[in-house]
Amino acid sequence: MKRLLTRQNMIITAALLVVYIIVQVLLSTGIISAFYETNLILGGIGIIMAVSLNLITGFAGQFTLGHAGFMAIGAYFSAVMTVKWGMPFILSLLGGACLAAVMGFLIGLPTLRLKGDYLAIATLGMGEVIRVVLLNTKYVGGAAGLFGIPRITNWTWIFVCSVVTVLCIRNLLWSSYGRACISVREDEVAAEIMGVDITHYKVLAFVVGAFFAGLGGALYSHYYYFIQPGGFGFMKSIEYLVMVVLGGMGSITGSVMAAIVLTVINVFLQQYSAIRMILYALLLIIIMIFRPEGLMGSKEFSTAMFRRFERRDDRGSAGGQ
Amino acid sequence: MALLEVNNVSKVFGGLSAVTNLKMKLEAGELVGLIGPNGAGKTTVFNLLTGVYQTTTGDILFDGKNIAGKKPSAINQMGIARTFQNIRLFSDLTVLDNVRIAYHSHVAYKLPAALFRSGRFYAEEDQMAERAVKLLKIFNLDGKKDEIAKNLPYGEQRRLEIARALATEPKFLLLDEPAAGMNPQETAELMNLIRWIRDHFNLTILLIEHDMSLVMGCCERIYVLEYGRVIAQGDPENVKHNPKVIEAYLGEEVTYA
Amino acid sequence: MEQFYVFLQQMVNGISLGSIYALIALGYTMVYGIIKLINFAHGDIYMVGAFVGYFAINYLHVGFFGSLFIAMAACVLLGILIERIAYKPLRNATRIAALITAIGVSFLLEYTTVFALGAQSRAFPEVLGNIRFGFFGNKVFITNKELLIYGVTLALMVLLQFIVKKTKTGKAMRAVAFDRDAAMLMGVNIDNTISATFALGSALAGAAGVLVGIYYSAISPLMGMNPGLKAFVAAVLGGIGSIPGAALGGVLMGVIETMVIAYGQSTFRDAVAFAILIIILIIKPSGIFGSNAREKV
Repeated sequence: MKRLLTRQNMIITAALLVVYIIVQVLLSTGIISAFYETNLILGGIGIIMAVSLNLITGFAGQFTLGHAGFMAIGAYFSAVMTVKWGMPFILSLLGGACLAAVMGFLIGLPTLRLKGDYLAIATLGMGEVIRVVLLNTKYVGGAAGLFGIPRITNWTWIFVCSVVTVLCIRNLLWSSYGRACISVREDEVAAEIMGVDITHYKVLAFVVGAFFAGLGGALYSHYYYFIQPGGFGFMKSIEYLVMVVLGGMGSITGSVMAAIVLTVINVFLQQYSAIRMILYALLLIIIMIFRPEGLMGSKEFSTAMFRRFERRDDRGSAGGQ
Repeated sequence: MALLEVNNVSKVFGGLSAVTNLKMKLEAGELVGLIGPNGAGKTTVFNLLTGVYQTTTGDILFDGKNIAGKKPSAINQMGIARTFQNIRLFSDLTVLDNVRIAYHSHVAYKLPAALFRSGRFYAEEDQMAERAVKLLKIFNLDGKKDEIAKNLPYGEQRRLEIARALATEPKFLLLDEPAAGMNPQETAELMNLIRWIRDHFNLTILLIEHDMSLVMGCCERIYVLEYGRVIAQGDPENVKHNPKVIEAYLGEEVTYA
Repeated sequence: MEQFYVFLQQMVNGISLGSIYALIALGYTMVYGIIKLINFAHGDIYMVGAFVGYFAINYLHVGFFGSLFIAMAACVLLGILIERIAYKPLRNATRIAALITAIGVSFLLEYTTVFALGAQSRAFPEVLGNIRFGFFGNKVFITNKELLIYGVTLALMVLLQFIVKKTKTGKAMRAVAFDRDAAMLMGVNIDNTISATFALGSALAGAAGVLVGIYYSAISPLMGMNPGLKAFVAAVLGGIGSIPGAALGGVLMGVIETMVIAYGQSTFRDAVAFAILIIILIIKPSGIFGSNAREKV
């Protein structure tokens, strides 16, 4: 317990609480309009999706283009649980996330033998297959989509889930399990020779990443009243991949910041709807040309950055400080 | 019982025989050299012993158990560790993390303990970091534990690789040209270090080396490989004067100590 | 027998679609072979080709071959431009950064076209008329357009094979794809060779754009997304980096897709294509014509 009560942890907890309360007050007094609330929710889901994708792609080094597929599974299964089976939301959230994790295992086991671009294209295919199967499943509404999902997701849910996601993935990464995942990214042969069962850790990263993507999907479907398979296509996977790369592969805080920055940019670009996508595209190209390693590279943003003179403590574990 | 027994192992790559009918026997505690001209198949032998390559025929008994067909990670967990000819550190990670990753098989805490940061997690992580630093101290690297591996000078990278291999707590250590690229003084220090770690950690060591002075001065027994076959074996003095060995090395510069 | 004719007819249709996939897949495979980049914008170059063809026929009143030539030339310029401006600065960056750039270029082409021309699809001008040739007592038909697609695709592939195998540029391309540093030491101009690769690939995509306009009579700014993806899949199927592989993969992809629509459920067409891809990748990751490179330890 003592180890958890470091000054850094207390500062972070306090800051998070302040953010939560301020936003909650602004929401309940109506200062934050519905339009901004939607973006707040999308930003939170973006954080969950980007951080979980970063675990797979940035830390374990497994390039996947099918993350939206897991999101779709979480979104649909949780919606089915609430709408058709009458389950409470919390169970639906967990159910969606767990089924996504199971799918992550079933998909990961055969495909993770592939490397680099081959894995990317296979996961892209998996994502598309999931989408098309949903499109053809009458039970969940087919192409028309699944209707009548209650809107339960709100700022509190989003806040709690994002914090839990970031915390879990951070704790995973800064442990022996996480270091093993990172060693797979660094050098598969050397990792295997050092006793790291690389298949095991690739699948672990994939399953945990899929779990949180499923959670993101469940939150998403319970915000939008209805969902369609088309909303979870290849473009959605790309959207989150862009967050990961922009934030920096292998930087959790980078992903969090990129999710926020991109959501804010999106809000800003709404006023230029005609050229929104053109500006977004130009932004992507320009950022990649001038900062291909992303905003944070593989470093983590921390309060220690403001206290350079302090000795680096045990946070100097794999994944940066 | 011998610690390692290699029985008639062959490895064929698309019709080309890289290793033919290899027989080797290492007793526990031995320090053995594996030498031979370029392309003789020395590194292939290492790759077969560590499971990177599968044998075409024959079997490899380690501690009485057949390791042929096992995954490299499983073989490592049975007690075989190695270094690489062309250094393969986790180059973007810190020195400490390189060693901690190698301790990975000996970590007892489970995933939930890591996720929820239990007391056991902290206790084990602390203990692991302590052992890692102790190990780094042997190689005079403890002062650089927070540096990124790729920023170390070449000789230190070589030493870090050995430290990392030792962190897996092996019984049998394979060193692939540990002195490559080192100057004579560094090489001499390394020779002493290798013998010291053999005694200190109760290891059996097999080392590939090009620098003949290192092999002759350090190893108790030597296997000579040519075209994938063992052409001679025995103590350094015998091997040095074996006409087959001299012939195999003709044209190559031999630097006897 | 009836069954057989239906099958044959689907084959004819499938090869037409497949030829178009093959032309696009060739560009993917060449670019991937030389700079290891999945050029996501490639499908959009094909879209631009279709639109250039559309305007060439409507406003310059050139015939089919005129528009084909103009579209190819325009795509060559576009391809070189994209490579020089967007990809060249990232040649030493991570693959994934280059990939994101390619996605950015893809969005840029798509939405600039939407902005300039509107998102709705347009009718491609009818320049060839409709002639049907019946076989087996008018049980199986081949249209003049299909014959044209076969002919143009075949001619372009032969030309490509000639360029790659026999010309100096082609040899340089193969050398750079094999080992860029060694090629540079041998005095090959890397920048020009990569540009040439983009030029060739883009020309083929432009041709595919005009052919698809002729065949399906409708074009739209977002038409490149799906065929682009599938053509890439086709390139992987054939063994990425291999020119005959891309051609075969493309045709196979077209045939499989047509058969799924004919015999299965059309809503499953995309899923089946990808499912086959996944199975092939798991069984033989290097594709039909690819070679397995072993990492040296």
